[in-house]
Amino acid sequence: MFPNKAAVEGVGDAMQLAEVKGRSLWADARARFFRNKAAVVSLICLGLIAAFALFGGAIAQYENDYVDFSLIGSNAYLGVPSIETGHYFGTDSNGRDLYARTVQGTGISLMVGVVGALVAVIVGTLYGASAGYFGGRVDGIMMRTVDVLMSIPFMFVLILMLVIFGRSIFMLFLGIGLISWLDMARIARGQTLTIKNKEFVEVAVATGVHPIRIILRHIVPNLLGIVIVYATLLVPNMIIFESFISFLGLGVQEPATSLGALINEGSRNMQFGYHWQIAFPLFFFVVTIFAFFFVGDGLRDALDPKDR
Amino acid sequence: MLSFVIRRLAVAIPTLLILVVLSFILMYAAPGGPFNSERPLPPEVLANIEAKYGLDQPFWKQIVNYVVGVVTQFDFGPSFQYKDRSVNDVIAQGFPVTLTYGFWSFVVAVTVGVSLGVAAAIKQNSWLDYLAVGASIGAQVLPNFVMAPILLLIFTLWLGWLPGGGWNGGQWQFLIMPVIALSTSYMASIARITRSSMLEVLNTNFIRTARAKGLPMRRVIWRHAMKPAMLPVLSYLGPAFVGMITGSVIIDVFFSTGGIGQFFVNSAFNRDYSVIMGITILVGTLTILFNLVVDILYAWIDPKIRY
Repeated sequence: MFPNKAAVEGVGDAMQLAEVKGRSLWADARARFFRNKAAVVSLICLGLIAAFALFGGAIAQYENDYVDFSLIGSNAYLGVPSIETGHYFGTDSNGRDLYARTVQGTGISLMVGVVGALVAVIVGTLYGASAGYFGGRVDGIMMRTVDVLMSIPFMFVLILMLVIFGRSIFMLFLGIGLISWLDMARIARGQTLTIKNKEFVEVAVATGVHPIRIILRHIVPNLLGIVIVYATLLVPNMIIFESFISFLGLGVQEPATSLGALINEGSRNMQFGYHWQIAFPLFFFVVTIFAFFFVGDGLRDALDPKDR
Repeated sequence: MLSFVIRRLAVAIPTLLILVVLSFILMYAAPGGPFNSERPLPPEVLANIEAKYGLDQPFWKQIVNYVVGVVTQFDFGPSFQYKDRSVNDVIAQGFPVTLTYGFWSFVVAVTVGVSLGVAAAIKQNSWLDYLAVGASIGAQVLPNFVMAPILLLIFTLWLGWLPGGGWNGGQWQFLIMPVIALSTSYMASIARITRSSMLEVLNTNFIRTARAKGLPMRRVIWRHAMKPAMLPVLSYLGPAFVGMITGSVIIDVFFSTGGIGQFFVNSAFNRDYSVIMGITILVGTLTILFNLVVDILYAWIDPKIRY
C-alpha cells in the first residue's frame, strides 16, 4: 500500500525513499491501472478531448464570435451540421459556428475543473495535514471551522457573489475554490492521523525538524495516493458545478462560453428542431464526465488496494 | 445523548448567524444599490426610499436590525423588486411548491435507491447487479440540468404524454418530470452506497452465523444486515437533501413550477438582494437542521459514534 510504504521502510528522507524504493510501487499501481480496460479507454478519451480543446480551433473554419447574418431566420435548414459549409457542428441560434464554440466551451470547462481540483488539493491537503498533525485544540478549531463552512449552502452564496461582484471567470474560480477544499481537508486530516505516529515522523520530531517541514516533506508526500484519487473524482464534480452555474446564465460571459452555457442555449432551442445545438455540447460534456469518473475509479483501484 | 444534542445545537446556531452576517456583508459590499436604474431618480426621492428601507443608517445598525428581525420575527424585510410584497410573501408562495416535489423526489430517491442497492448486493454479479451499477454510473453523469431537457424532449415533444411545465396545484402529471429529473442522480448515489455497504455487511461474521443457523435470507437481510448497512446511506442523506433543494433552481427554470428556485434566479438577475438573502438563509437553515437531524439519528442508531 503506497501511503504507508515509506513508513514501513523506516527512517530517512521520505522523498528519497519514494524515489529509490517507491518506484516498484508506482510501477505496480501503473500495471494495475493499465489492466483496467474501462480506465484505459477513458484515459484515451480524455486525451482526445483535451487535444480537441487545445488544437480543435486550428481546423475551425470560423472564429467563435463571428456571426453569420445570412443564416439568421433560416437556421433550421441552412445551419445544419455539414462539412461543405464548414460548420461541422452546425450553427447556434445567433448564427455563430457551433464547432468553434464547442472547442472553446470544452476548454473552459476543462480548465475550470482542473483549476478547481488543484485549488482543492493544495488548500485542502495543507489545511487537513496541519490540523491532523498539530492535533488537540488546533485540530478542534480548524475542523469545527470546516464543519461550519460545510453546512452553508454554498451554491446560493456563490450565486449571491456572482450577482454582487459581477460575473467573471475569476469570481467563478474563487467561489468554486471556496467550496471544494472542505472535503479534501477532512480526508487529508484523517489520513494524517494514521501517519503521524509512524516511526519516521517520530525520528523527524526527535531530530528537531521544524513542524512545517515535517508536514511538507514527510506527511504530504505520503498523502499523495489518496489525494490523486480524490482529485480525479473532484474534476468532474467541478465541471458539473460550473456547468450548473453557467446553465443558469450566471457563469462565464459571452462571447466566452462553457459546456454548461452551450447546453443551456441548445435546450432552449430544442423544440424548434435544432437538435444538434444540444447534442454536440452534451456529447462532449457526458463523455468528459464519464471518462473522469472511470479514470478516478481506476486510479482508486490501482492506488488503494484495500478496495479490491 | 442529551449532551450530544446540545453540543450539536451549539454548533448549529452560530453557523446560522455566520450565514446571515456573511450574506448581509456580501450584499452591503455590492456596488450599485437596487434603486440605481438607467434613469437616475431625483436625489430627494432616492433619500426617501432609502429611509423607508433603512438603507441610510450606518452599517452596524442595519445588520443588527436585520439579524434581530430575522431571529425574532422571521421577518426578512420588504422585497426591493416587488414593491408591495415582503420577502416572506415571496417565500410563502414558492416554498410549498418546492417542498412538494422536493419531498417526493426524496422519497423516490431513497426507496428506489435503497431497494436497487440491496437487490444488487444480494444478487452480486448477476444481470441485476450490472444493471444497477450501470444505471448508477449513467445517472451520475446526467445531472438534473441535463436530465430536464432530455425528459422534456422525450415525454412532451416526442410522446406528448406529459405537460411541458407549470404546476397546476401540484397535479400528478405536473409532478412526474420534476421528480424524475431531481431524484435520478441521488437515487444512483444511494444505490451505489447501499450496494457497497451491504456487500461489506454481508461478509461479516455475524451474518455468516445467522445464515449458518439456517435463517432464511429475507430474514437475515431485514433483521440483521439492514441496520448496519444503512448507516453510510444515512450520512449521505444530509447532502442529498441540500442538493435537492438547490436543484429546485433548475427544476423551476425548466418546468416553470413556480418554486423558490424561480424567485431566486429572477431576484439574482434583478438584484433583488433581500429576496436572495431571504432564500439563502431559508435554505441554509433547512440544511443545518437536516444535518442536525441526520447526525442525531446516526448517533442514536450507532452508539459507538457518540462523540
